[in-house]
Amino acid sequence: MIDRKHIGYTSPPFTTEIERGRLRFFAQAIGETDPIYTDEAAARAAGHPSLPVPPTFFFCLEMDRRAPYGWFEDLGIELAKVLHGEQQFVYHRLAHAGDRLRFDSTVVDLYERKGGLLEFVVQDNVITNQRGERVAEFRRTLVIRHG
Amino acid sequence: MAETLRHASVAIGEALPPLACPPVTRTMLALYCGASGDHNPLHVDIDFAREAGLDDVIAPGMLVMAWMGRTLTAQIPQAAIRSFATRFHAMTRVGDAITCTAKIVEKTVDGGEPRVRVAVEARDQRGELKAAGDALIALPA
Repeated sequence: MIDRKHIGYTSPPFTTEIERGRLRFFAQAIGETDPIYTDEAAARAAGHPSLPVPPTFFFCLEMDRRAPYGWFEDLGIELAKVLHGEQQFVYHRLAHAGDRLRFDSTVVDLYERKGGLLEFVVQDNVITNQRGERVAEFRRTLVIRHG
Repeated sequence: MAETLRHASVAIGEALPPLACPPVTRTMLALYCGASGDHNPLHVDIDFAREAGLDDVIAPGMLVMAWMGRTLTAQIPQAAIRSFATRFHAMTRVGDAITCTAKIVEKTVDGGEPRVRVAVEARDQRGELKAAGDALIALPA
């Protein structure tokens, strides 16, 4: 069982620059065909300064940190037992290629269900751009299967 | 449809066009692994999946959610999406063909901004629910 003392655990702040090529690769991987996500000219024609970051890619960018599963080790979570239970995003403004985004990640809850057969880990992430503006928040809820 | 969705004229129960995705392949999972940066071997390494007690690799929930997101952005400018949440109900496996559906379930005004709540679901070829959630979308009055 994960020690409740880890509620409040923060990962090291992480900042990353949004790369055009990476956004195109992601668009390909999810079958995105809208050219605003892959073609700079189409994005600009639609009023964007560059390619926009699609809605779920913020989750992915957070995993570009040097040790994306480092916090699992710190909390004693075994990767092979983890499933994704829920995912929530709140959006304040778009982000685009060339932006630098900072991620602040905090474990906000730990609880169990079914007599401890399932453990839940809730982590909140706050995303801020290079101008200090709040871009989005997301919450991931992970389920750890025991037995 | 993107230009014509207005708060005054949309009706509760109105559906967005569904998004039918191709069946999940291992190549698709490998591409998503690389592009997303989520290198969890549960999604690409069958040996790891078996050690984890599964028969085979499973698709990342976030790939399914990305498809659900495409269902929205195909019709609505992304900047209008205020929130987007989903719960993952069942594992998506190689060969599963996911179809995403979305429909308007609520009309609200929040802080003076007209919004709709859109329920989004992802089901496989047998109709099994893989993920379900909702999005709050700002619409012109």
